[in-house]
Amino acid sequence: MAITVPRPNLSWRERLYLPAIVAGLAITFKHFKNMLLGRTKVTMQYPEQKWDANLPDHYRGAPALVRDADGRVRCVACQLCEFICPPRAIKIIPGEIPSTDRFAKVEKYPDAFDIDMIRCIFCGMCEEVCPEQAIFLRKDYAITGFTRADMVHHKEKLLEIGGVMHGVVLKWNEKK
Amino acid sequence: MDSLFIITSLLKILGILFVVILPMVSYAVYAERRVSAFIQDRLGPNRVGPAGLFQPIADMFKLLLKEDFTPRAANTFYYWLAPCLAVMPAIITIAVVPFGSTLFGVPMVIADVNVGILFVFAIASLGVYGIVIGGWASNSKYPFLGGIRSSAQMLSYELSLGLAVVPVFLVVGSLRLTSVVRYQIEHGWFIAPFVGDWANPWKWLLAIPMIISFLVFMIAMFAETNRLPFDLPEAEQELAGGYNTEYSSMKFALYFLGEYAAMITGSAVIVTLFFGGWHFPGIPDGSHGWIFGLINIAVFFAKVAVMIFFFMWVRWTFPRFRYDQLMRLGWLFFFEIALVNIFLVAAIIPFYRS
Repeated sequence: MAITVPRPNLSWRERLYLPAIVAGLAITFKHFKNMLLGRTKVTMQYPEQKWDANLPDHYRGAPALVRDADGRVRCVACQLCEFICPPRAIKIIPGEIPSTDRFAKVEKYPDAFDIDMIRCIFCGMCEEVCPEQAIFLRKDYAITGFTRADMVHHKEKLLEIGGVMHGVVLKWNEKK
Repeated sequence: MDSLFIITSLLKILGILFVVILPMVSYAVYAERRVSAFIQDRLGPNRVGPAGLFQPIADMFKLLLKEDFTPRAANTFYYWLAPCLAVMPAIITIAVVPFGSTLFGVPMVIADVNVGILFVFAIASLGVYGIVIGGWASNSKYPFLGGIRSSAQMLSYELSLGLAVVPVFLVVGSLRLTSVVRYQIEHGWFIAPFVGDWANPWKWLLAIPMIISFLVFMIAMFAETNRLPFDLPEAEQELAGGYNTEYSSMKFALYFLGEYAAMITGSAVIVTLFFGGWHFPGIPDGSHGWIFGLINIAVFFAKVAVMIFFFMWVRWTFPRFRYDQLMRLGWLFFFEIALVNIFLVAAIIPFYRS
């Protein structure tokens, strides 16, 4: 069924279009003027102004390895994060801790711990699955590099981002 | 032909081209981006240099270093010729426009020819060839449509462009642009005749058709320079850039240069015809000292800058006309208005002169 769409009857003033044109120019000029006088709120100017201080506690940035208060790398190279990682960004090569070491009973440590930040999707599953509270998602989000190799975070870089984590369970310490 | 004339002419050409027009074009692009941003509540380019003022230089380097790609199906000769054709007329037009009074006794106009405005029309309408040939030589659908639109648009607006300035020359009695300015210094600007015998009511009556003629001329100028209410040859949304779709690197930049140079010369012609050229009430001309000569030049380009701002303001306010609306507007309204306007002015002039 054909539907007749009623067209509005324009008055002669509307059909002249000039008042509408002037009104349009006035509106755009108002915006221009407000911007010139600094009355318009504009978006945050990112590299100069940052929102870092307002990031929520649950913010998921770059994953990082942490040391505990004793300065020990908490990772025990169990490779659970490597297996859970959905994009398979993590690669761990375990090493053995010598028996003379204070933490010899831990047995393994990560000889190499690489996270490919091109692949990482910041899902936080590595943090969730870690039985040792060794990997955490920090608030770093500006991960950049000039080459693909630059974008792989090695163990040193991960520890540097992670820093020292206080208030985690210290289950490998000697019994008091 | 004495050597002084040749030297001063060369200096004027080099000065106006490399000191005024080309920097003005690049900063018009910057201004366009800033004005559009401000109108849309954004900031626009503000990173390169203070307030982004070095942005045009960075843009230029970017365009120079980009790959200059020629499509295999394009007609190479015309494909290369077209961008030059787009720039050349826009820059040549400025030759007859008086951009200042005198400086050290030298008149500040490159060529004071007695056919002034006819020369402007003759050369400015060549600008369409750059677009039409570019659109055709690209051998691609969108540029072709853009070129066709451009030629049709030019046909329908060139007519009202020409008719709209006839009243000005009916009043002045000469096509020479310097005498148009001279007349406006003695009798007041055409759209605001405050100077001279301002008590004469016929003069104020004459200002009404002058304003109509100014509006028609300006709107036709928008169409002539392919600015937004009539930017059908470009039409980013419909034609993916129109005639310049297949162009890259410096050839694309030349099209841009041509468009903005046309805008600047168009503004300069409007300022000369209706806003008294380099004249500003209370400022004497260059014969009273070279400092006034410089001020006259500054006044002229300040007026041009205001006109350019208006061009941009309009561009970021109005939507594009549909093709048939554009034709209707050109043939059924502006043509008639301009024609009737001529008779109106002709009827007023006898009373005004007496």
